[in-house]
Amino acid sequence: MNRTALLYAGIIFTVIISSIGLVFIPEYQLFRLEPVEAADGNLYPQPRTEFEEAGRRVYIAMGCVYCHSQQVRPEHFGADIDRGWGTRRSVARDYLYDQPHQLGTMRTGPDLVNIGSRQSDDNWHYQHLYDPELTSPGSTMPKFPFLFEKRTLEPGREPPFNAIRMPPGVLAENEYLLPTTDAQQLVAYLKSMRHDYAVPEAQP
Amino acid sequence: MVLAVQDPSEGADPRQELRSRAEIDRSCQGPVTLFVASAVAWLLFGSLLAMAASIKLHSPGFLSHHAWLTFGRVRPAHLNTVIYGWAAMVGIAAMLWLQTRLSRVTLVFPRLLTAIAWLWNLAVAAGTVAILAGHGTGVEWIEFPVPVALALALLFGAVGLVSFYTFARRPPGHIYVTQWYLFGAILWFPYLYLMAQLMIHLGGATGVVQGSANWWFAHNVLGLFLTPIGVGAVYYLIPKVIGRPIHSYYLSLLGFWSLALFYNWAGTHHLVGGPLPAWLISVGIVGSVMMFIPVTAVAINHHLTMVGHFHMLRTSPTLRFVVFGGMSYTLVSFQGSLQALRGVNEISHFTHYTVAHAHLGVYAFYSMVMFGAVYYMLPRMTGREWSSARLIRIHFWGSALGIALYWGGLTWGGWLQGRMMNDAAIPFLDIVRFTIPFLWSRSFAGVLMTIGHVAFAVLVWRMLAGAREPARAPGPTLLGRPRGEREINPAEAQ
Repeated sequence: MNRTALLYAGIIFTVIISSIGLVFIPEYQLFRLEPVEAADGNLYPQPRTEFEEAGRRVYIAMGCVYCHSQQVRPEHFGADIDRGWGTRRSVARDYLYDQPHQLGTMRTGPDLVNIGSRQSDDNWHYQHLYDPELTSPGSTMPKFPFLFEKRTLEPGREPPFNAIRMPPGVLAENEYLLPTTDAQQLVAYLKSMRHDYAVPEAQP
Repeated sequence: MVLAVQDPSEGADPRQELRSRAEIDRSCQGPVTLFVASAVAWLLFGSLLAMAASIKLHSPGFLSHHAWLTFGRVRPAHLNTVIYGWAAMVGIAAMLWLQTRLSRVTLVFPRLLTAIAWLWNLAVAAGTVAILAGHGTGVEWIEFPVPVALALALLFGAVGLVSFYTFARRPPGHIYVTQWYLFGAILWFPYLYLMAQLMIHLGGATGVVQGSANWWFAHNVLGLFLTPIGVGAVYYLIPKVIGRPIHSYYLSLLGFWSLALFYNWAGTHHLVGGPLPAWLISVGIVGSVMMFIPVTAVAINHHLTMVGHFHMLRTSPTLRFVVFGGMSYTLVSFQGSLQALRGVNEISHFTHYTVAHAHLGVYAFYSMVMFGAVYYMLPRMTGREWSSARLIRIHFWGSALGIALYWGGLTWGGWLQGRMMNDAAIPFLDIVRFTIPFLWSRSFAGVLMTIGHVAFAVLVWRMLAGAREPARAPGPTLLGRPRGEREINPAEAQ
């Protein structure tokens, strides 16, 4: 039985040591990280509003992470910065408020960690989510029609102020499109994504 | 430490041995066949989800009008059904059966195990519905909501206890190498799964450390859960089928302990270039490269055991699947070690190359070994033979050609995709367009694999339901005529 005990002990020992090495030591190294004050006097990264955080939950529920990463690799390692996906590499501090993480491992679509600084137009995002090919011909991103409400316009009326502006021909003459709350939250979250502030570890 | 080269169930009195072995196999019939049947059902369902996800990647309009079927849900639903439904359940079946065989005792607590199988099915079903309904956690490989994950960990722990108890009842004797691997899987998986839940979903780790916990876990699901079951099964099945002991005791020892030491550390290679401490990534790369040691040891050991018996691949369904799986293990591991290197990873990361690699591991290695194990186990547990050699051939070639095309297409396409992505002069949408033919090849490969799975399911169904059963077949269902033997005439045999 003694030999069996040694076998069990070896098995348990190897996995516990690896969890200490790959999880607990990094946690010990990083748990004290705090936001930094930038030149404009604000602390970065900034915590998300509740509305943006709800949008992050929509991002997770729609499984965006399976095609979009949220990390900019360093200069001279890949072409992330040259592609305009960021002005500096991402650092651990940028992710202080991310729970759960959405770092991602796939780029069927482009990296999104700076999508907020690249594209700040709500209407662009709505069009893109409704039908990606409206803004990005050739895109293989799925459409998300279920994030929108299609309404019929009564004769003689104008669409409401929050109706999404669409290129001609997408909707019928008497139709207009409204974003659901989910869509509004998701777009708010997307627009909040930016790693463009200076941190001590990496300068833009 | 004594580790037997000889399978301990080979004893002195052959007739007595055969009787007790048959008794052991029969004792497994209820719960173990339930695990196998459930696994096959999940494999079919997982294949459907895989086809949907694959088609969506080149034809995004396919089934795109409902949130339930959007790519971002179908894809994780596929992963979780094939891992926790198919791979885990067929793995538990193999573990239970191998443990009883190697401990030379009948299965204990069959009713408890049957209940565990049903509860496991229920948990995987609940988790899958949650993902499709948008309640997945969005963390790769741990998408099931926390309560489902905790239930699975608990159930797996119970299976582990049954396995320990079975082992404890054994008559004194050696511990065969397969059992070492089984204990590895039994002890490693619950720790990994619970720790991942704690560190990622229950607030244990901050920010990017969750990423490290995520890939420590996810890589180890393959490395420390599926791999030990797969390699352990190969260690049992090759000697059984060809009737000759494992080549080297010392290589088995080296293979097992170096796997335990190095695989644990490999996970962070999924984060190369990411916003984590550089040392953490380097540790993952070192662990990955060190995997050359266990893999080479196991490959040499299996190869030298097989030498002189490769002609049996023509006839034995089990051997054909298992050797295909064993060779894929060598291939996928060498590929994985190289892929972890920064220079290679700079290109392969974030592309379909990684997806191809993952399928080479879980499918070409693990699933093929498990197919072989099922072809060996079920006839012995049910006392029936496989109803059709042709269906077995369709299964083998569907799966083998399917995964070869899958891996070839996505490895090639993914590598070029990575090269293009690292050239900022190429517009992103050009890369998207460039990958589409390769994604079609994956869908086509998926059809081939699914055809194989349907053939497999029909065989399992016929065996368990007893339909068209050749109750007293003249002998095992072979894929061809064994060397030096003439065709058995069924009339003569009866």
